[in-house]
Amino acid sequence: MLTHDKIESNIGIMVVLIILLISVGGLVEIVPLFFQKSTTEPVANLKPYDPVRLVGRDIYIREGCYNCHSQMIRPFRAETERYGHYSVAGEFVYDHPFQWGSKRTGPDLARVGGRFSDEWHRTHLNQPRDVVPESNMPAYPWLDRPVKSDDIENKMRALNAVTKVGGKPAYSDAEIAGAKEQLKGKTELDVLVAYLQGLGTVLKQAN
Amino acid sequence: MSDFVSGFWSTYISVLVLVSVIGCGVFLWMQDKAKYTPGETTHHVWDENLEEYSNPLPNWWRWMFYITVVFSLGYLAVYPGLGSFAGQFTWSSQGQYDKEIADAKAKYDPIFESFKKQDIRAVAVDPKAKEMGKSLFLTYCAQCHGSDAKGGKGYPNLTDNDWLYGGAPEQIMTSIMEGRMGVMPAYGGNPEAIGGAAGAKEVANYVRSLSGLAHDSILATKGAEKFKQVCSACHGLDGKGNQAVGAPNLTDKIWLFSSREEAIIEIITKGRTLQMQPHKDFLGEAKANILAAYVYGLGGGAVAAPAAPAPAGTDAAAAPKTDAK
Repeated sequence: MLTHDKIESNIGIMVVLIILLISVGGLVEIVPLFFQKSTTEPVANLKPYDPVRLVGRDIYIREGCYNCHSQMIRPFRAETERYGHYSVAGEFVYDHPFQWGSKRTGPDLARVGGRFSDEWHRTHLNQPRDVVPESNMPAYPWLDRPVKSDDIENKMRALNAVTKVGGKPAYSDAEIAGAKEQLKGKTELDVLVAYLQGLGTVLKQAN
Repeated sequence: MSDFVSGFWSTYISVLVLVSVIGCGVFLWMQDKAKYTPGETTHHVWDENLEEYSNPLPNWWRWMFYITVVFSLGYLAVYPGLGSFAGQFTWSSQGQYDKEIADAKAKYDPIFESFKKQDIRAVAVDPKAKEMGKSLFLTYCAQCHGSDAKGGKGYPNLTDNDWLYGGAPEQIMTSIMEGRMGVMPAYGGNPEAIGGAAGAKEVANYVRSLSGLAHDSILATKGAEKFKQVCSACHGLDGKGNQAVGAPNLTDKIWLFSSREEAIIEIITKGRTLQMQPHKDFLGEAKANILAAYVYGLGGGAVAAPAAPAPAGTDAAAAPKTDAK
């Protein structure tokens, strides 16, 4: 019989029992999600990030935008009135890692795409207070410099390794081969704005 | 949560959850049954002589635990938790959201509808509509036009009487619903006629002369010809602009960017594209209607209101403001 002192004095048994206990939550709450259509299949018309938006996304991550901006609109009226249709899991199948975030010092960005003009984003990223005097967002004036593109092919291959939608990788060989060309002459500001302008545009709903 | 690729996963979740919950209950019951010898310890000794009694759980704690087991079984019967089983209440987050929206529609739609039936000019002076408009404006419009609606560099002031695309209620409504796209090509699309950078300086001097700003009159005279030839296509022979294409009035001392000569030269040589996004899909007609009335009522509507240029800021050379849409 597994008595208190037997478990406590036998580290092997204790490790096994602890793993069993703490894995129950994950086995019930996480594992089944990998076998659910709404979490594994893209919403209609969703495309993998093209190289420009993909690099923009990396700059979004590098600059830590997720620290203050979430990308997850919850299904409450207070949120959908302001931001648009609530987020659904199928919108994020090409996001590795996803940028849902958990803190909103700034507004949610899940559907910021198309909400403002490119020019607005450029001004705003360079100096937020030029367009929103009340803003407490830091300025990102250094983004107007050429984007680094020498690792884009490896990046896309890495994403292929983790993204198999309907058995197909996200990027074809031809797309990977043409990626560098697409980034030619682009600045970090260009690609970041392109990323932002694409956010949440696939699923739209009138308020 | 019923779109699993196979029915197995529903069973898998149900079994794991039920086994865990019932297992807790059984484990507790076994603890009750375990033989208790008063004074027995856990056989663990710390710091030479510290020992721990192997006492049974206190009753209040044990009963609380039993209650949580019973509660969780009841919960799983009425709320979703066991795989694809929806529970007796058939609650879902989607359903709760839909109900929230339906309740709000029932409450607010009649208000929006009643304003939609009225003339926008009447809505503009309704205190209730004004309050709604202000709140909508701060949510959807302030990012570009400012929370005081006075705009900013490149974003029109909505409180003055200068309009890029017209200040009639219908025109404001169209701006909100369909958006606006104003394009000024570099050199007005005709660099030869302007005469390159030198020509741009001449035209800039002429443009400054239009609103009585300091200028070099020789350059301005040369610029006037070029303006007539190229710029007048959009800005008009008199420089008063054209609301059909969103070409600003250059004679009214209201500047969307800046009146400085270098700033004007920059716009001439590089061109400008100014865009307001369409809001038809996002806002819908009812909200746009309230917003149009609110903007119309800000004082810059077709009703003549004294144009109140925003204070030009501390730097005298800085951009005087804006202009309206």
